[in-house]
Amino acid sequence: MKWETVIGLEVHTQLATKSKIFSGSSTAFGAAPNTQASAVDIALPGVLPVLNRGAVECAIKFGLAIGANLNRVNVFDRKNYFYPDLPKGYQISQLAKPIVEGGALTVVVDGTEKTIHLTRAHMEEDAGKSLHEDFHGMTGIDLNRAGTPLLEIVSEPEMRSSAEAVAYARALHTLVTWIGICDGNMQEGSFRVDANVSVRPLGQKEFGTRREIKNLNSFRFLQQAIDYEVRWQIETLEDGGRIEQATVLFDPDSGETRMMRSKEEAHDYRYFPDPDLLPVRLDDAWIEAVRATLPELPAAMQTRFQAEYGVSAYDASVLTGSRALAAYFEAAAQKSGQPKLAANWVMGELSAALNKAELDIAQSPVSAARLGALISRIQDGTLSGKLARQVFEGLWEGAGEVDAIIEARGLKQMSDSGELEKIVDEVLAANQKSVEEFRAGKEKAFNALVGQVMKASRGKANPAQVNELLKAKLQ
Amino acid sequence: MNPFDTSLSALAAQLATKQVASRELAQVYLDRIAALNGTINAFITVDPEKTLREAAAADAAIAAGQAGPLTGVPIAHKDIFCTDGWLTTCGSKMLSNFVAPYDAHVIERFKAAGLPSLGKTNMDEFAMGSSNETSFYGAVKNPWDTARVPGGSSGGAAACVAARMAPAATGTDTGGSIRQPAAFTGITGLKPTYGLVSRYGMIAFASSLDQAGPMAPSAEDCALLLNVMTGFDPRDSTSLERDKEDYTRDLDKPLAGLRVGLPREFFAEGLNNEVAAAVEAAVAELKKLGATTVEISLANSKLAIPVYYVLAPAEASSNLSRFDGVRYGHRAPEYADLNDMYAKTRAQGFGAEVKRRILIGTYVLSHGYYDAYYLQAQKIRRLIAHDFAEAFKACDVILGPTAPGTAFRIGEKSDDPVEMYLNDLYTIPANLAGLPGMSLPCGFDGKGLPIGLQLVGDYFSEAKMLNVAHQYQRVTDWHARRPEGLQS
Amino acid sequence: MSLSQDDVKRIARLARIETSDAEAQATQAQLNTIFDLIATMQAVDTRGIEPMAHAQEVTQRLREDAVTETDRRDVFQAIAPAVENGLYLVPKVIE
Repeated sequence: MKWETVIGLEVHTQLATKSKIFSGSSTAFGAAPNTQASAVDIALPGVLPVLNRGAVECAIKFGLAIGANLNRVNVFDRKNYFYPDLPKGYQISQLAKPIVEGGALTVVVDGTEKTIHLTRAHMEEDAGKSLHEDFHGMTGIDLNRAGTPLLEIVSEPEMRSSAEAVAYARALHTLVTWIGICDGNMQEGSFRVDANVSVRPLGQKEFGTRREIKNLNSFRFLQQAIDYEVRWQIETLEDGGRIEQATVLFDPDSGETRMMRSKEEAHDYRYFPDPDLLPVRLDDAWIEAVRATLPELPAAMQTRFQAEYGVSAYDASVLTGSRALAAYFEAAAQKSGQPKLAANWVMGELSAALNKAELDIAQSPVSAARLGALISRIQDGTLSGKLARQVFEGLWEGAGEVDAIIEARGLKQMSDSGELEKIVDEVLAANQKSVEEFRAGKEKAFNALVGQVMKASRGKANPAQVNELLKAKLQ
Repeated sequence: MNPFDTSLSALAAQLATKQVASRELAQVYLDRIAALNGTINAFITVDPEKTLREAAAADAAIAAGQAGPLTGVPIAHKDIFCTDGWLTTCGSKMLSNFVAPYDAHVIERFKAAGLPSLGKTNMDEFAMGSSNETSFYGAVKNPWDTARVPGGSSGGAAACVAARMAPAATGTDTGGSIRQPAAFTGITGLKPTYGLVSRYGMIAFASSLDQAGPMAPSAEDCALLLNVMTGFDPRDSTSLERDKEDYTRDLDKPLAGLRVGLPREFFAEGLNNEVAAAVEAAVAELKKLGATTVEISLANSKLAIPVYYVLAPAEASSNLSRFDGVRYGHRAPEYADLNDMYAKTRAQGFGAEVKRRILIGTYVLSHGYYDAYYLQAQKIRRLIAHDFAEAFKACDVILGPTAPGTAFRIGEKSDDPVEMYLNDLYTIPANLAGLPGMSLPCGFDGKGLPIGLQLVGDYFSEAKMLNVAHQYQRVTDWHARRPEGLQS
Repeated sequence: MSLSQDDVKRIARLARIETSDAEAQATQAQLNTIFDLIATMQAVDTRGIEPMAHAQEVTQRLREDAVTETDRRDVFQAIAPAVENGLYLVPKVIE
């Protein structure tokens, strides 16, 4: 039987606010345990929540960026359950009236565009952390993270493969970091993915029973977990078994998912509107003011890059992988006046060097202005591709401006035709055998002569000029 | 000196003119507390050293010419308000070791106004009760008859004011917890419009209904205290941003032309005859002062108790989840695992009535029941509020009994929760609507027990209600009487 | 409608309150009298009525995004049942 995979994702993004969603505690990562846990965060008796304007603005930005409906009145609810990292015994979230509903993201998988629709996105507070290393058989609770604002982004079950799920998650990651509402740091838990996975016989209308894989914190784990889960579900069904609704965890070491709790054990969250918080009202003036702060979005920028700079659709999508990368490319393209060359350098030499050094574009030792200057020197014939790569190495090492490196390292292409002619004459004299072979019709011999001239010039000769000169001399 | 028959304004005047020092006054009350608390059990915590230190600070402020209207007048605080450095128990074993690390907004206000704290008053556990019998710290006795309850949940506050162990006290009112004990002990108490007094630092029972207010012998006293308590607080999202009011401004207005609404439903079956007679006599008194009466109907008020016993327990079940033995308060000494720790901690830490309400609340919110209970209750809540809105088209203030009867015997109703709940029949509707309500003494029954009269006003009409009450108290002396023969 | 003893045990478990069979039985009887009282509400026709969640028709006030809290861990943990290295200790949590 042929099976179809159905995937929907729930992504928890930590919002990049300075303070928590309902208290004035810092959200900075990595502080000593419980030093950023205020009276509100540890839920002392009598304390009350007050909503952070910054968190709401992040949610508005997101809603605008995905073309969603912003609920002009949205409401916070309490989700009740007991857990030691949940100090109040309830999480403040939004159930019935979330701030964002609808919207869509377009992703490219294997060269094909696909639009994934979003169900909703709602604001809520993060929980603290349980530290399971042994304290005399006890667990330690750190509430620094408790109350950090989250936007939970829920997609429709429209993905049909792990590749689509990863593409969607990546596009979402790009978007939330692009519009500055999330730092995107997956190691620190700023962007966490839950995947709802089910399978059904191809052509069947009804969804199969889903299992939810919790807390995936890398795209690789997302892919591996879904692939494993899909295989497991298909095997279970083909062996005559049934899938029970459940929550599972992915173990990166074994590459397998394992059951956390079954539907029978599922919580009864007893949601109800939080009486301590009033309905949140968004008015048009506020929404428009927030819209005005939004940067050009990736999709719009891709279209513009193709039109304005003549780069391919593929290149445009790579170059808009992050806002910093796109800005870098644009600066280099404008400085050099050579957008296609700039695209090649950014996606080629620069990206390779950054990858190798495990650096982000923002940390690039070579500025966009200098890369642009380098590209200009290729364009005006000062540098060959090979020389340019040597200059790039100099730039990477921090050796100064492009022209200074060319000068200091003597990397200028030979432009003095008298000097070149002299080298050509010497090469021809020293390689009579090749000259004869060429004259006898062996084209290969010509290339050997070019190579000898380049070698003798220590790479500085302009290959086109060498060709021209050699041809003239050999006629 | 005998401050016990002196109004707050007169006490403040004596303090301001240095006829008496705050330290002396505080000591007089501390002595009376020491003498009577063994009998009345109105206080959970008394700390004379702290009280006298605060009184000394008040004296210094007076000496420096920085005194406010009530500087130096001592006050007792309900043990529901977190008070920095003071044991704050909320009447529960769960918090029997909880020394609060911060001040509630109400406490901050009184500290800033220079009122030394005489201590923390006894109350029904987590404010759940109408008799003060659910306190972990034992029942409070009614100073008028120590075999009887003082009402609840602010029973300690009411009893200490009635016994003149404090000139005034703070209380909180979720379904009548200021008004009903005020009625049972012959004092005046006011629950303001929801949102006027910040709930920050006031341990939550039912967040959408809880409101703090003053309890004192007279309406004039309450007006002065209300001036201190109210005001916007950015830490409470439900605190209202309004201009500061002087609640004493209308006290002396004549009542001519006042339209008093008498709700048919509040004078119906279930009301004790003596109470009815006393309330009717009060109505006659107001008429003499120029008021007119109009019969009104609050048709849905009969549903207030069922609605309340869905909404309040629902909110409470969630509000009380934070008491889990992890960060503060009681933790069971022995347990098998995490869930056992939770279950034992909460089973040991909460008393029977609190557990009962948590279970009711958990049930009505649980899967499959939400619409039938919680949502239905919220819809009827709107109907009840709508009844009031209609009624206030025809009258300026609504008048009726505060409670169906007078103080009952300790133990008389404690085995029957429903019987106990019916005590709040007349007080709960104002909480559901968020309206201000107050109780003032209007007589005594044949057993010599005080009877309370309730006024319910439109939103933000506290000054008008206090005006009505004050004018009534100018021509009557029910509020000035106090129990005699109290012995330690 | 009335609650069974199983219902009582189930909600007690949800509410994390240890309840013996004897307690559940006593509680069941009391809760049922209370739910009889509550049941009088069910007869009311509330179609088209907007639920009332708050006493005032006001909307949420917003706090500026600024850090205003300082570290008070020592004060807060002085009243905690069990702490070590700045962490609150609880019986082992098994995930």
